[in-house]
Amino acid sequence: MTQIVATTGNGAAAYAMKQINPDVCAAYPITPSTQVMEDFSEFVHDGIVNTNLVTVESEHSAMSACIGASAAGGRVMNATSANGLALMWEMLYIASGMRLPIILTVVNRALSAPINIHCDHSDAMGARDSGWIQLYSETAQEAYDNLIQAVRIAEHPDVLLPVMVNFDGFITSHSIDRVDYLEDEDVRKFIGEYKPKLPLLDVDNPISMGLLALQDYYIEFKKQQQDAMARAKEIIKQVAGDYKKQFNRDYSLYEKYNFDESDMAIIALNSSAGTIKYMIDSYKAKGINLGLLKLRVFRPFPTEELVEELKSKKVICVLDRSDSFGAQSGPLLAEIRSAMYNLDKRPFVYGKVYGLGGRDLEENHIDSVYGEMDAYVKTGKVPPVCEYITHRD
Amino acid sequence: MFDSLKGYREIPIGGTIPKGATALLNKTGDWRSKRPIYSSENCIQCMFCYVFCPDMAIMVENGQMVGINYDYCKGCGICANECPGKKGVKALIMDEEEKFRKGEGK
Repeated sequence: MTQIVATTGNGAAAYAMKQINPDVCAAYPITPSTQVMEDFSEFVHDGIVNTNLVTVESEHSAMSACIGASAAGGRVMNATSANGLALMWEMLYIASGMRLPIILTVVNRALSAPINIHCDHSDAMGARDSGWIQLYSETAQEAYDNLIQAVRIAEHPDVLLPVMVNFDGFITSHSIDRVDYLEDEDVRKFIGEYKPKLPLLDVDNPISMGLLALQDYYIEFKKQQQDAMARAKEIIKQVAGDYKKQFNRDYSLYEKYNFDESDMAIIALNSSAGTIKYMIDSYKAKGINLGLLKLRVFRPFPTEELVEELKSKKVICVLDRSDSFGAQSGPLLAEIRSAMYNLDKRPFVYGKVYGLGGRDLEENHIDSVYGEMDAYVKTGKVPPVCEYITHRD
Repeated sequence: MFDSLKGYREIPIGGTIPKGATALLNKTGDWRSKRPIYSSENCIQCMFCYVFCPDMAIMVENGQMVGINYDYCKGCGICANECPGKKGVKALIMDEEEKFRKGEGK
C-alpha cells in the first residue's frame, strides 16, 4: 500500500528523510531548501526518527559535521541551496575525496549577486566537478524517489561516493504536487542497514582518515574516484531496476518523451521538462513530433548511452539553466557537444541559456526553439551555437 | 620516480589507513633538515627530551636516555631547546642535516 498526498517538493524530501531515518543531519537554513530541515526537525522533535540533528552556524560547518559523522560510521543527510552550497564547496571535495556516502538535497537556486532566491542550476553546476553524484528531479515525486535510491547508490561498496539530489527552487520545492509515498517498512527494507566498512568510531580497529598524499599518491586516489564514478553508472541502473521491480516506478539515467518518434530533440534538466512535455503534447495534437530527453544523472555523465540515443537525430537543442561565463556555452551543452564530437556523422547540436534567477520558460520560448529546429531540418538554416533566451533585449 | 610504489588498485580508498601504528612500517624522519646531536657526557638524565619530543625519537633503555632514533626524528629542535645540560653545556645540540647526508659530519 502506498499513500497519495498533496505536498511540496520540500515536504516530499523531508518525508523521504523521515523514512530513511538517518543517524545524523546537520542543519543550516537557506531559502528555498529551509522547509526540508524544518519539516524534518518536527520528526526529530516528535521522536519519529532517531536522528541526531546538529544545528550548526554555517553551511561550511554543516558539511563539516556531516563529514565527521559519516567518517564515524553514520548514515548522514543534509539539505541546502545556492550560496549555502557554495559555502560548502571546500568540504564537498573532502566528502567525495574521503569516499563518504553522504546524501545532500540541493534545492536549486541562483547564486548572488544580485541576490535572487529563485530557480536556476548555477549552484549544482558549480559543484559538478566536486566528485559528487548528481541526480536531477522534474517533480516532487522524482525528488522523493531519487532520495531513496540515492542511499543505495551512495552506500554501494563499488561506489562509496556522496550524492546530490537536485530539484528546482520554488517551482518544485514550494508548489503543491501529487506525491505517492511508499510504506515506511518498504523504504527501510529497500535501503537496508548501513554497514560502514571502516568506521572511525570502531575503537577496537583504529584507522586514520583525511591524511596527506603528495606527488607520490594523490593522483592514485583521484583515479580511484574516477573509476568509482564509472561504476556508479551501472549501480544507478541496478538500483533503478530494483526500485522498478519492487515499486513499479520507472527510473533510468534519463527519461525519453516522444523521443523515438522525432528526429529533433530538446535536452533539459528538472522542472522545465514538464513545460516541454506539455508543448510536445500540444504539437502532437497538430501532427508535429518533437522529442525530449530529460537527463536524470549528470554525474556520472552517461556519455555512451546518450551518444547512442542522439546519434541518429538531425538536430539537438540543449537547454542550460546556468551559464559558464566566458565559455562557449552552458555546461550541459558543452558536455553533450563534446560527447558527440567523435562521431563521423552527427546531429547539429546547439543550445540556449534560459531561465536564470527563476525567469519562466514559457510556451513561446519552446515555439521559437522548435521553429529553429524545424527550419534547420527543412532548409539547413543554422542557428547560433549558444545564445540566451527568456531575457529582454 | 614513484614507480616502485603501489598502484591505485592496491591501496585503500579515500586515503584511509585501515589500521593503527603504521608509522612503525615507515621511516618518517627522512625530511629532517636539522639533526640533534647527543653527547652523553653532558646528560644529567632529566628526561626532558623524552617528555617534550612530539614524536618518539628519544631512545630510552633501562630508564636512561641513550640517543636519538633518526628514523623518526623530524629535527624540530625542541629537545635541544629544552635540554638543561650539565654546567651550562647542553647534551643535545642541533646541526645541519646536510652535513651528515653528505658524510661530512663527525
